[in-house]
Amino acid sequence: MSTLLKVDSLGIQFGGLKAVQNVNMYMENGELIGLIGPNGAGKTTTFNMLTGVYAPTEGTITFAGKQIQGLDPYKVTRGGISRTFQNIRLFKELSVLDNVKVANHSLANHNILSSIFRLPKHFSGEAKMEEESLAFLKIFGLDVYKDELSKNLPYGMQRRLEIARALAAGPKLLLLDEPAAGMNPQETKELMDLIAFIRKEFDLTILLIEHDMNLVMGICERIYVLDHGQLIAEGTPAEIRSNPKVIEAYLGEEVAD
Amino acid sequence: MKKSKVFWGYAIIALVLYAVVQTLISFGMVNTHYQNMLITMCINVMLAVSLHLVIGVTGQFSIGHAGFLAVGAYISAICTMKLGMPFSMAILAGAVVAMLAGLLVGIPSLRLRGDYLAIATLGFAEIIRIVFLNIDYVGGAAGMQVTHQSTWTYAFVGTAITILIISNFTNSRHGRACIAIREDEIAADAMGINTTYYKVAAFAVGSFFAGVAGAIYAHNFYIIQPTAFGFLKSFDILILVVLGGLGSLSGAVLAAIFLTFVSTYLQAFPETRMIIYSLVLILVMLYRPTGLLGTKEITDLFKFRKKGGTKV
Ligand SMILES: Nc1ncnc2c1ncn2[C@@H]1O[C@H](COP(=O)(O)OP(=O)(O)OP(=O)(O)O)[C@@H](O)[C@H]1O
Ligand SMILES: [Mg+2]
Repeated sequence: MSTLLKVDSLGIQFGGLKAVQNVNMYMENGELIGLIGPNGAGKTTTFNMLTGVYAPTEGTITFAGKQIQGLDPYKVTRGGISRTFQNIRLFKELSVLDNVKVANHSLANHNILSSIFRLPKHFSGEAKMEEESLAFLKIFGLDVYKDELSKNLPYGMQRRLEIARALAAGPKLLLLDEPAAGMNPQETKELMDLIAFIRKEFDLTILLIEHDMNLVMGICERIYVLDHGQLIAEGTPAEIRSNPKVIEAYLGEEVAD
Repeated sequence: MKKSKVFWGYAIIALVLYAVVQTLISFGMVNTHYQNMLITMCINVMLAVSLHLVIGVTGQFSIGHAGFLAVGAYISAICTMKLGMPFSMAILAGAVVAMLAGLLVGIPSLRLRGDYLAIATLGFAEIIRIVFLNIDYVGGAAGMQVTHQSTWTYAFVGTAITILIISNFTNSRHGRACIAIREDEIAADAMGINTTYYKVAAFAVGSFFAGVAGAIYAHNFYIIQPTAFGFLKSFDILILVVLGGLGSLSGAVLAAIFLTFVSTYLQAFPETRMIIYSLVLILVMLYRPTGLLGTKEITDLFKFRKKGGTKV
């Protein structure tokens, strides 16, 4: 095993608010890691820094040996990190298939001229995109919906499409932001099996944000716990379960609710 | 297979349309007034379709399209009138320079969003107009004499190429990237799309064809003046795209044809024309806020049965 991702004293400040500070983490190739924490802990903000949506105000992110903090999101994605969004961000007026094709975009290489003059390269390039994108839809059982507009998909299918789309960008590291949010237990179970499947199939390293503790404990090898923007614990599920700081953070949340 | 059949279908329709009109013209059955209207119609279609690429497809609310029309008009006029170049070369030169102007305007301003982009593009268009206004070489405020060289053939071929290329662009990975930007720029970026590159590319292609329209416009009216390229002209073009339905190429074409008719028949009453324009816009906004066709294409209307069949 080798280290794929290393995060050193990462932090970001919005005005006066330190949303995330002094976060250190690492991920070995092939690991499935959980990132948990109460509402507003800074989990999504951490994803946003890892993917270039926010430039961190302190610290470094090293991915596959290169520092990537502050890079444009599309460059980060092409470098091998892709993600899903907590509040679904599909391309609503595009078909299900086209949503995946958009993510497949940077793996194709027919240029604008070949497309506007319909040169042979355009046709072969588009055919390859179609084939690859359909294969991703099949894995997620979305191929029957391929011509539907993505906004018309049932909610659970939209969540699946988010993952299919992220996968089509060809990542080494996949970041999933509450992929099972709003799903029923049956759907959640199927989704987790699917995640286990694609992890093997595509040799993925996965960082998973999830609120359902049991779920995270069940499938993750290691877990990081964020609270108020800081890491308060890391370790195996068993270690996390018995960590007093974690219990306190979560109890605190329940009392606040 | 199917797609190329559709293409040949359109090609044949276009050829027949061209041939019929051209025959009528050769037999002297279309007077100059109607010839002018047909050429103006083509110019408006080119303008509408080129702006559709920027606003409807890529979602960048640029409202200074008349600026690129002006560049195409003046550059092509300089080419024919001062440099003695053939008209076809002049059209190409006008288009290329309009595209360069598009890059010059687009690269800094496409970093802006929404209202700011609209104001920036409108401002740039005014700058372009004022530059021509103050260059004596092109006649300043009095305008520039241009010989009449635009014909139905030039106008039609220009329009056909505009539609073909913009539709080819849109129906490719590049067009999908642009639509993704329109739908959700953050998600597009996160999926590996170089959003700045595609916004600028769409803007440049749109400016190129506004330049073609400008060249044909300049050689249709004997004179070009800076006043013809003010923000009212930009507004006219914007109306075509909004009326057609943001995101629909065929909608933009239909709106351009329809409004050319309307404004030709109202030419004698310029005030009424603006009132009717405004009324049309208000009615569209009230009853069809997505425009005549929304994001649909006219070809979708014939697909209903097929779609019902594949639904699961
Ligand atoms: N762009 C921003 N500007 C200002 N504050 C922000 C911004 N983005 C996030 N924050 C703040 O950072 C903190 C962490 O938010 P974040 O969305 O990362 O939490 P989270 O752990 O993902 O929570 P949840 O479980 O509810 O999704 C919150 O206080 C939030 O208000
Ligand atoms: Mg979150």
